[in-house]
Amino acid sequence: MSATTPYAREARTGIPSADELRSRIPGWGADLDPADRPSYPREIDAVPDTAHWHLPEQQEEAWPRERSIEHARLTPVFGTSCPPRGLSGAVRKLAYARYSEARAAHWLLLLAADRIDVKEQAALALLRGRPDDPVTQTGILGERRYHGLSSRRRGHRVDTVHHPLDPVIVGLPWIAGGWAAWRLLRRARR
Amino acid sequence: MNPNATAVGGIYGYSHTTGGYDGGQAELVRVPFADVGPTIIPEWMSDEDALMCTDALPTGYFGAQLGDIAEGDVVTVFGAGPVGLYAAASAWLMGAGRVIVVDHLDDRLELASRFAHAETVNFGQVDDVVVHLKQQTDHLGSDVVIDAVGAEADGNLLQHVTSAKLKLQGGSPIALNWAIDAVRKGGTISVMGAYGPMFSAVKFGDAMNKGLTIRANQCPVKRQWPRLFEHIRNGHLKPSEIVTHRIPLDDIAEGYHLFSAKLDGCIKPVVVPTAA
Repeated sequence: MSATTPYAREARTGIPSADELRSRIPGWGADLDPADRPSYPREIDAVPDTAHWHLPEQQEEAWPRERSIEHARLTPVFGTSCPPRGLSGAVRKLAYARYSEARAAHWLLLLAADRIDVKEQAALALLRGRPDDPVTQTGILGERRYHGLSSRRRGHRVDTVHHPLDPVIVGLPWIAGGWAAWRLLRRARR
Repeated sequence: MNPNATAVGGIYGYSHTTGGYDGGQAELVRVPFADVGPTIIPEWMSDEDALMCTDALPTGYFGAQLGDIAEGDVVTVFGAGPVGLYAAASAWLMGAGRVIVVDHLDDRLELASRFAHAETVNFGQVDDVVVHLKQQTDHLGSDVVIDAVGAEADGNLLQHVTSAKLKLQGGSPIALNWAIDAVRKGGTISVMGAYGPMFSAVKFGDAMNKGLTIRANQCPVKRQWPRLFEHIRNGHLKPSEIVTHRIPLDDIAEGYHLFSAKLDGCIKPVVVPTAA
């Protein structure tokens, strides 16, 4: 049986000495002691000395802020950049109010709300006279500037196997949306 | 703080699932807990080194710490993006005996060799990456494996399409599954790759039966800074060396596509507002 088999007493081979590694790798072993690493101990007092508060001041709640029902209360600080609006907002409120994070329904509703939101925002942009531009805003023109074809052909990239599929997945909702809008328009004219 | 979920805390630009805060790429940014979060950039530090300290560098450094690396350990890092490159370079600081980086992009593997002094494996060139890694590690497997890939992993068409494209999984666990199989029995897996909150098809039975320790987290960035600043000042780490592209703000849409589609050998792009 070979000496390098995992069934041998000292199976691990080929590890250079500390002196060799220290001479070859800048800073080798500088954090060798696990007790001297920044993330030791794993759990520390969460409130740093620089904080002047015990419990942070409660941020004003401009609307009944959606929150996980697993929380005891609304957190003192929260984001206000995604206020729930329209149909997507109603779906989000339902997901937060009814289901915990343990329920697939919670996340599936939030995923659905994201998709609805995209459509709502696209329609809103159209109504405001600034429709989304899938050519300039997706950065697809970068394919020409940054050598899209040769970048993909070079080397041994494995993601090229799904690249033909990617534009279909990105473009299909646009094509389907256009087709639906055209059908609606034609029906309205009749 | 994150009212929307009990996971993590608040993260800028991470959607309504991490507190609904806008992203930091804006003219003005609201900074909650400004008496706690920010720090002063040392005068000797370059802007690009400081920029890398905000996310990718501390994440890679923290990822190596989650691996509980002991002196002489064989460490394999899946993913040679910015986080994976920094994790590989950090593994040496903690005393790794060998560092192996796995990816399918030659430009990134070349940088892993040059910047992180790592051995490299292009999984697009080997028949079975797990068997290849076993052959390279005395058929034992690595002591520590770091997943620095996460939700959009390539390497298995079914996993990629059902997760990254169709969102039927909370992330493509290709790298995590390879990590479970490539680590030695009783080894440790550090997960830095980001996954969504929904379920993913992870080979958990293999992990259980091998007696693995799996450690995962978002990085506590500020906690890493004092030591990372020391490492940069001492020349142990030169984080700005991985920057490949500097994008004017006017071209940001194309810049995102460049990074996302990994065109032109892009590894780490930087947005430069004044270069427009």
